[in-house]
Amino acid sequence: MNVAPPRRLEPILTSLEEARDRDDLQAVIVDFRDYFRIDHLVYHWVSADGDQYGCGTYAPEWVARYLEKDYLRIDPVIQGCYQRFHPVDWKRLDWSGKAVRHFAEEARAYGIGNQGFSVPLRGPNGQFALFTANHSCPDAEWQAFTERHRRHLILIAHYFNQKALEFEPDRTAEAPRALSPREVDALTLLALGYGRAQVAQTLSISEHTLRVYIESARFKLGAINTVHAVARALSRGMIVI
Amino acid sequence: MLRYVYGDDLHRFPHLADTMFRDRADQFKTRLGWAVSVDEKGHERDDYDALNPLYILWEGPDGRHQGSMRFLPTTGPTMINDHFRHILGGGTLTSPLIWECTRFCLARGAASHVAAALMLGGGEVMRQFGVKHFAGVFDARMIRIYRMIGALPEVLGSQGEGRARISVGLWEFSETARRQVARRAGVPPELSDLWFRQSFGAAPLPLSRSA
Repeated sequence: MNVAPPRRLEPILTSLEEARDRDDLQAVIVDFRDYFRIDHLVYHWVSADGDQYGCGTYAPEWVARYLEKDYLRIDPVIQGCYQRFHPVDWKRLDWSGKAVRHFAEEARAYGIGNQGFSVPLRGPNGQFALFTANHSCPDAEWQAFTERHRRHLILIAHYFNQKALEFEPDRTAEAPRALSPREVDALTLLALGYGRAQVAQTLSISEHTLRVYIESARFKLGAINTVHAVARALSRGMIVI
Repeated sequence: MLRYVYGDDLHRFPHLADTMFRDRADQFKTRLGWAVSVDEKGHERDDYDALNPLYILWEGPDGRHQGSMRFLPTTGPTMINDHFRHILGGGTLTSPLIWECTRFCLARGAASHVAAALMLGGGEVMRQFGVKHFAGVFDARMIRIYRMIGALPEVLGSQGEGRARISVGLWEFSETARRQVARRAGVPPELSDLWFRQSFGAAPLPLSRSA
């Protein structure tokens, strides 16, 4: 067990990339949770026909209870995120109905925090999943946390979902996310040690446009920042210097 | 007022939705001469409307549509990745932090602040949802309007000639640009915030309420 929480995301993303089964995913999500220093991080997959799979740090007793009571039907997080593509702060959800209030009180009794931030995810064939950060703290503290980590949480949510999809037995193989020619050019020049201004000038594009290409490359590479994206592109032979 | 409405919720605003799709027919087919399809209801709709996009709409005091635009994340199908890859030098633009903005539409005779208000709404989406960039597909003739309201996209390239000229560009909203757009829109930040909350809900804190 970790004594100190992980201080960098890169090694955790490497573990995610190397994950070979769902047990590995469970270990990875615990690492991410420790990195963010929050109570819970949870991945919850709901297939088109209602089958569920999840991993994360909620108490197993709560997960069993959730399944037994079929809380999927009333869980406002599911209701509020299904068919949406923006990240959802739990404060924006409707927690007013009697059954929902009871559900929320019960969740709290099982150690689920009062704050939540959920990223809706979509895969092939109507796959739907949620990646949720959960914590107990005052509103202001949570707002500061989500503003600081929101983009990383969104990216990690997508990377996690892509990995989970790989473990589907009857999945349709997805084409690997190829870097575009411009993304290859940009990362190659960065790998050569050019500054952003130089890269933009060399490619005859603005720095803003360069940032967009780097953003897209970062996502395709499953990377957390530009340096990480360059390292991954190099190690995978997608760029050569 | 600004409304943020997903496709599957448009039915809750029937008049607003009906007039948006009619205004889109009027703008893109009648005025701009794009090769878009208009159905028997007089609605201009394309395949991306069927993907449950997020619309930002300006609703006039009479409940009618005065302007709108449409967003989809670039992790799914988008116009740029499906039809305009060559403008980006080949390949796709893909990230949950880059959303595509299309069908920027202004109703005939829309008040001058409507375009700015829509951009203000776009800025709220970026700020509240962590989106970093918008990539847009628009008619080259709209650039004049974008410049006027202080939300000039960076044009990456264009395709077609004359009336059929369609451009692909990028928006990035700095705090300065946001303030400028808010001023042009004549919408105080508090009001913009309120509209955003009205659309996306602002229920009391979950779980924390005492039993």
